[in-house]
Parts: sequence; C-alpha cells; structure tokens
Amino acid sequence: MLQVGLTHFLVIGAILFSLGIYGIITRKNAVMVLMGVELILNAANINFVAFSRYGNFGLNGQIAALFVIVLAAAEAAIALAIVLNIYKTYSNVNVDEISNLKE
Amino acid sequence: MDVSNIIESLKLIKPEIAVSASLILVLIFDLIFHKDKKLIPYVALLGLFATGYFVIHQFGTTGFGFATKSTFKAFGMVTVDSFGTFFKLLILISAVLVLFFSSFSDEIKKTTDRLGEYYVLIFGMILGMFLMVSATDFLLIYLSMELLSLSSYVLAGFTKLRDRNSEASLKYVIYGSVSSGLMLFGISIIYGLTGSTNLYVINSLIQSPQINVLALSFALILVMAGMGFKISAAPFHFWTPDVYEGSPITITAFLSVASKAAGFGLLIRFIKTGFAAMTLNNGYWMLNPIFDWKLIIVILAILTMTLGNFSALWQNNLKRMLAYSSIAHAGYLLLGLAVFSNQGIAAILIYFFVYMLMNLGAFLIVMLIADKLGSEDVDDYDGLGYTSPFLGISLAVFLVSLTGLPPTAGFIGKLYIFSALIDAKMFVVAVIGVLNSVVSLYYYIRVLKHMYLVKPKIQPVEIIPGLSQKFLVLLLVVPVLFFGIYFSPIVELAKNCVVLLGF
Repeated sequence: MLQVGLTHFLVIGAILFSLGIYGIITRKNAVMVLMGVELILNAANINFVAFSRYGNFGLNGQIAALFVIVLAAAEAAIALAIVLNIYKTYSNVNVDEISNLKE
Repeated sequence: MDVSNIIESLKLIKPEIAVSASLILVLIFDLIFHKDKKLIPYVALLGLFATGYFVIHQFGTTGFGFATKSTFKAFGMVTVDSFGTFFKLLILISAVLVLFFSSFSDEIKKTTDRLGEYYVLIFGMILGMFLMVSATDFLLIYLSMELLSLSSYVLAGFTKLRDRNSEASLKYVIYGSVSSGLMLFGISIIYGLTGSTNLYVINSLIQSPQINVLALSFALILVMAGMGFKISAAPFHFWTPDVYEGSPITITAFLSVASKAAGFGLLIRFIKTGFAAMTLNNGYWMLNPIFDWKLIIVILAILTMTLGNFSALWQNNLKRMLAYSSIAHAGYLLLGLAVFSNQGIAAILIYFFVYMLMNLGAFLIVMLIADKLGSEDVDDYDGLGYTSPFLGISLAVFLVSLTGLPPTAGFIGKLYIFSALIDAKMFVVAVIGVLNSVVSLYYYIRVLKHMYLVKPKIQPVEIIPGLSQKFLVLLLVVPVLFFGIYFSPIVELAKNCVVLLGF
C-alpha cells in the first residue's frame, strides 16, 4: 500500500506552481493570468500545510495558509474590479492589446 | 502569548495604531459629511501629524513585539529600532507633502466625489509601509507588502480620467500579484527548510549544515523577486515606467519615494536579521556564507543603474523619464547596500532623505506645469524657462540635484554612497556608478535645454503659480540647496539610525 508522504504534496505544489507560471506566460486574457496567480498562491498554500503537518513545526504553516486564502480573495476582488474597469474603457481584456503606454 | 505580552507589544506600535485610527476616522468622516468633501484633507493631515508625534517619540525606543510561543522568548514579529523609525519618518514626511500636492492637483480636483476613498487608500499604503519597515516575520512581511500593494493598485487607476489610468492599474496589478505570488512560494520553501517564519530563528537555523543549499538559493531568489518588484530593481522593473506614467502624478510621486523607501527598509532588514552572523567592530557585517548576497546585490545594482539610465535617454514624456530615473536611483541605493556595512546603510539613509526632497520636487513642478499645459512632453517645455522663471529655475535645481552635482544635496548623497564603496575597496563598482551618473546628466540637462535654449514654435504659455504653490515649491527647493552646503544634521541623524536590532 502506497503511503502518502511529504514528497507527494511537494510534487503537487511544484506542479501547480509550474502550471501557474505557464498560464501567466501563455494566456492573453487578463482573467486567465489572474487565475495563474491563484494557482501559484495555492501551490504555496499546499507547501505550507504539508510542511506544517509532516515537519512537526507546530501550527505556524496552517495559520499562514489561512492568511493567504483570505489575502487571495481580497486580491482577486481588487484585480477583477480593475479588469472590469479595463473592459469598460477598452471593451476587451486582452493584455497584449492594452498597450497605449509603450513607445 | 499572554495578555501582558500583547499589552507590552502594543506600546511599540503606537504609530501604526495612530495610522489605523486616522484611516477609520477619515472613512467615517467621509460617510457623515458626504455632501461637502472640503474638510477631508484637513482630517487626513491631522491624522498624519498625530502619527508624526508618535513616530518622533519612538526614536531611541527599541524592542521586539508580538513574540509567539514557538520563537525564542525575545524575538517577535515586529522589531522597533531607530533604523525603522528613520524610514517611518521619511514615509510620513513624503505623505504630508503628497497630501499638499493632492490639494493642488487638477486630476484629484476632478474626482472630488471620491476624495474620501483617495485619502483612506493613502492611509492604507502608509500602514502597509510602516509594518514593512519593522516586520521580522515572513507572515507579517507578506501581509504588509500586500496591504501596500492592494491600496496602490487601486490608487494607480484612481482618477479614471484617461485610458492610461486604467492601463496603469491593470499592469500594476498583474506584475504585482505575480511577483508577490513568487515571493510567497519562496517563503513556503524557506518555511519547509527551517520550520519557522521568524527571521531571527531562521538566522540561527540556517547556520546548521543540514540545510539544502540549492533549495534555499531557489527560495531566496523567489523572495528577491517580490522585494525587487517593490524597489523596482532591474529584472523586475518592467511595471515602473508604465505605472508611473499612467498614474495620477501625486500617486506617482508617492510610489517613487515612499513605496521604494519601504521596500529598501524591508530588504535591508531582511538581509541583516536573516543572514548577518555578527557585526564586526569596524561596522562591516559578517554574512552567512550559505548564499552569496554580495554578488547578487552588486549584479542587481549595476543592471538596475545601467538599464534605468540608458532607457531614460530616449524618453520624451517627463513622467516616464522620471520613472526611469527613479529606477537608476534604486541602483545607486543598492550600491550602498552592496557594501554590507553600517557605513553603507548610513549612506543609504542620507541618500534617501535627499532623494525624497529632490524627486518629490521634480514631480511637483511637472504636475504644476502639466495642470496648465495638459501634457508632460518635453517638447512642450520649449521656452518655458523665460515665461515662467520661478518654475524653470526650481526644476533646474531639482534636476541638477538628481544628477548629483554640487552645490545641491544630491551631490552629498552620491558622495557618501561612493565613499562607502571606496572604503570597502570596491573600486570597479564605484567607477561604474560614477560613469552612470555621467550618462544621467544627458537626459536631465536635455529638459533644461528645452526650457532655455530651444526656440519655441508657438508662444509658450505663461504659468504663474499661486502663493501657496510657490511656498510649497520653496519648501522643497530651499532644503535641497541648504543641505548641499550644510549637511552635517542629516549625516548625524543617519549615523545615529544605522543600528538594527539583530546579530
């Protein structure tokens, strides 16, 4: 019987992190980029909880994960409000096309 | 953590409590008097002065606050020392000045119906920065950085007058959230390696040989991405020009000075408390050899300076040019850190004080001119030096000071940075820094050329600032000239503030 240990969680965290980076780099839609960021944050969360559970470090990691969940929600709320504002001004949310400032 | 510990700790964070109280006060005031917004700036100013009282009283106080059970008894989440207090004072002075800027700015006047939110968000930024410069726990570092970031994302696109406001906001939120996400992942790895989020505990644990160096280096580079974003160091600087150009000028000025100061305060404290094994008698830090900070910081500094200065050469928009110039200045400040000694930190503090005066001054003049001209293009400045001599001469003083020429205060700042480098026998780096200053002369003087030497195609507009605006400009010009000649007060203050609590 396979025992699920720390390594399994860390591998899942690393995979989520890589998928997040991949999403940020390849996606053009601002909402999809923000979803990539959420993946990175959750990868960190999995790491925190796994280390806290298997490392005998006390509950610090679990608390950190709770804080991060709350912050991720706040960040998503603000980011989506900004994306909505962008949609009102440019009538699309494509990161590549919103580049008036480059010269 | 018992109750008496908490009460003791609360005494250490009086400035932060004052900022939070002012934030709530402004919010309530905005709700009650929503018809007439004239009073709100005064309430905000009152809050800042109250905070200033507590900050000035905090000089000389040292202590650790909010120690958790798992950490050793003495070390807490918050560390109060004169180093942090100096940065708090710097942030507060620039906040007061930005408050005055806002009362003149046309952009802010056009959005008076949301004035309450504007000041509330500025207080949110100040609270985040205050916590950043005194945080010694990764959890608090991350939380305070996010508090600063979230408030500034909104403020960058606050006015919504032009398309570029929204664009600045979007770019800031995307770059910012990615870099803070990277930083959080790095923090989670460091937590796994050491089992703690407290910097003091981490410092004592990474001395043990079992630590996986590769994983630690990877994690530290990720953490550097988060901090480098805040100080706009070279590989993480891409947001800076766009955000600075698109934001309202008052916010640009605040971001370029206060937000950068908080980032530097955090970075210096992070390296010192996390990695310095001890401070030698001659002021040099003995860093833990597990990670080569010196190499990383020197490379970052040179890259940041060079990229900032050379990109600024081609900029026609003055706000964008000042954005690249602020990147270059972050490079000079990193040089001061690269020495890793108390002398270098003193040089950084001196430079930051001077940089605050001259950079805010330059942005103020650009704002006053842009309110009348409706543009920040350098071509529209043709002949302006003759029609509006007061603004022309003031801008000249600020730009000369940003270049670092005597007899302005900018020279003193550069002098101390470079002499710290020479004392540490880092000659090559010092030469590269001086050569960079020479490059920066070109784009600063180009503005003066347009103001005084280029024949205007159309009759330039006459810009006569009001009495209070003139007073505010003088409030910044006079110290820039005065501290260029008589600089011992700042030097004394900085030398008294280099001591960080730690090893």
